[in-house]
Amino acid sequence: MLADLAAAVLILALTAYAVLGGADFGAGFWDLTAGGAERGARLRGLVKQSMGPVWEANHVWLIVVLVIMWTCFPHAFGPLMETLYVPLFLAAVGIIFRGAAFALRGEAATISEARLLGATFALSSLLVPFFLGCAIGAVATGQVPAEGDPSDPFGSWTNAPSIFIGLMAVATGAYLAAVFLAGDATRIGLPDLAAAFRRRALGAAVVGGVFALGGLVVVESDAPDLYDGLTSGLGLAMVIVSAVVGLATVGLIWTSRFEVARYTSAIAVGAILVGWAVAQRPDFLPGELSFQDAAAGDSTLIATLIVLAVALAVIVAALWWLFKLTLEGRLAGRFEPIVGSKPETR
Amino acid sequence: MIDGLLQIAQASFPTVDQDYLLEARQMQALSLGVHIPLVCFGISFPAMVVFMEVLHLRTGNPVYKALAKRWSKVMLILFAIGVVTGTILSFELGLLWPQFMEQWGEVFGFAFAVEGLAFFVEAIFITIYVYGWDRLSPRVHLLTGIAVACAGILGSASVIAVNGWMNNPQGFELDANREVTDVDPLSALFNPNLWHEEVHMYLAGFIVASALVAGVYAVAWLRGRRDHYHRAGLIVPLAVLSLAAPAQLFVGDWAARTVTEEQPTKLAAIEGLDETTKGADITLGGIYFDGAVHGGITIPHGLSLLADHKWNATVRGLDAVPAGDRPPVGWVRNAFQLMVGIGTLLALLSLWFLWFRWRHGALPGSRWFYRAVVVAGPASLVALISGWIVTEVGRQPWIVYELMRTEQAVTGAEGIPLGYAALVVVYIGLAGVAIYMLRRLARQGPEPVDRQGPGDIEVLP
Repeated sequence: MLADLAAAVLILALTAYAVLGGADFGAGFWDLTAGGAERGARLRGLVKQSMGPVWEANHVWLIVVLVIMWTCFPHAFGPLMETLYVPLFLAAVGIIFRGAAFALRGEAATISEARLLGATFALSSLLVPFFLGCAIGAVATGQVPAEGDPSDPFGSWTNAPSIFIGLMAVATGAYLAAVFLAGDATRIGLPDLAAAFRRRALGAAVVGGVFALGGLVVVESDAPDLYDGLTSGLGLAMVIVSAVVGLATVGLIWTSRFEVARYTSAIAVGAILVGWAVAQRPDFLPGELSFQDAAAGDSTLIATLIVLAVALAVIVAALWWLFKLTLEGRLAGRFEPIVGSKPETR
Repeated sequence: MIDGLLQIAQASFPTVDQDYLLEARQMQALSLGVHIPLVCFGISFPAMVVFMEVLHLRTGNPVYKALAKRWSKVMLILFAIGVVTGTILSFELGLLWPQFMEQWGEVFGFAFAVEGLAFFVEAIFITIYVYGWDRLSPRVHLLTGIAVACAGILGSASVIAVNGWMNNPQGFELDANREVTDVDPLSALFNPNLWHEEVHMYLAGFIVASALVAGVYAVAWLRGRRDHYHRAGLIVPLAVLSLAAPAQLFVGDWAARTVTEEQPTKLAAIEGLDETTKGADITLGGIYFDGAVHGGITIPHGLSLLADHKWNATVRGLDAVPAGDRPPVGWVRNAFQLMVGIGTLLALLSLWFLWFRWRHGALPGSRWFYRAVVVAGPASLVALISGWIVTEVGRQPWIVYELMRTEQAVTGAEGIPLGYAALVVVYIGLAGVAIYMLRRLARQGPEPVDRQGPGDIEVLP
């Protein structure tokens, strides 16, 4: 019971990171593919303006996920880190590059500085979700033994479903980012950018849908247990929710109703994660370790859940205020295309 | 610590087959060493910025506001870098020490949960604070700054609690299979090492941040920029330094006495005391190598007086534990001397400042004072790192004091040297980025003193 509750909070935090952090990474993807310095200047400017005030808060969800994992499920955290050290280390290095490059981004004074930083920022935006996705794939396909196994650094996370889930993480991030950015552009009155991100959102939705269907095929052949979980009971229900809401979101984007699409796209992505968790229940490490056995003792779970409940109330209220201020344009600086040399703003 | 517990644990955790234990420890030390200076700013800088803003609100003087604004930008840059270095630490705890996390995560993890959540609150409010200058009402803006300061203090307090627990584990039982049972998360959090480590690190945070900030304005002072803006930028951090540095001497004494009680072997390493001695002498200064202290001034019975405040107190030496249970004395003793030496000099510098404020109501005239302030920043960083070497290397060979050895906690994964090399390169790059960015900010000259309306301020990403 307590372990289930802690698992629910863990999945909730992971979903928040996948949606909010994922969208940040997706923004980096659009930055990477925005084209030459002049053509991409306005796109990059919007990415910077939208992410500036929120990326730190979005990133902290990852720390919350890690902390819940090692406090509430230490017996899964140990083997997980020991087995998947290669993708997790690479993701960690990607996070450093990304944070540093983004922080410095707007300060670049020359074209070449801006290009170097932009490339670092954008490239690491691809790598982090990819490697984290692969790690999730390795867990979902039962590649992590309960006692941990560092002897095969690559085998556990390079099977077809894991790579597929890694690519899906990149695609869903790009999709979410395009929807959010189209909404932001509409809000601040930049119709050309709204149209540009509308096209990207639709394209990413198609790619994401293809990945999702293809993913099911790969999972069916390579990870039958996971497939069974996703195609029966609650798991199936979540997959259907995701599909229906995902399709509805495409309709909303098509008709340029980005504000509603913001929330529905998040629900579509979140439902997949919840579906995965439900599919492999009651196991944390499929076939190896249940949530119950991975969990800490009751006193730790109770204490942590109480703190989480109190803190999340504060955090959600504060986040709501932050997002409100950001969306109302009361925090961010003015929109400026990123062209490399910084225009005088005095 | 209960002896029964001790024997169960020592007898039974298997040693991991890892050729690169030392490299793994260095990797962790490197990451902590990079993160800790940023923590100092997280602890103290919000309070200093808010203080500056209060000065502005009370006096209406726009110079204070310009300074607060500038400092808040620096605060956000350092916070952003701290976010990523802190994330690396979270990963490393699991990647390098999986057995440690698996075995004990449920005991100390609660403190990390408090930290993670406090950190979240800090991340939200720091953004609102820095991006919200002139866009929120002054009152609301100030309140968000206070929220940043409180969250920063709560968060770092919990992490220090975990370190205190590693040095003084409690709040659980071990069954015959070495499984942790009967966890009491609050008792683990409020361990006896918490309080002195907390206060010691807090003051250190204020000392490091204030000395570094004062150093920036001392350079400007030496270059002849002595207007109100630079003067205020110098005096506020100097005032903080001159309160914290002398106080730190007393807190340090408290810390040493607690260590004497709780971790006598660490104290023996700190002083390089080989044999258990009644009325032990203390040697100030000197360098420890080849198994002995060279140089320094010896004060008869000094150690007994300091450790126990008694002339003939018995101080336990390294010989009280088997050779395999002793920390590397050279590192611990030399780092301790360095920390105490620098701390004492910082206290003297503070007295210099306080004397002039009190007698003349002015800053000292001598250029040497300002040169000393410039040096004080980097020196305080050295003292900070040295202090953590004393705590952490002094805890060796244990990761959880007298319960689990570092070699029992390390990962069995290959490729530690490769990861270590990669991390060194990444950190050098990160340091380059941070310095480059702060220098660019400094080169922009002083913050424009308020003449603009809302919407005109340049905001940092």
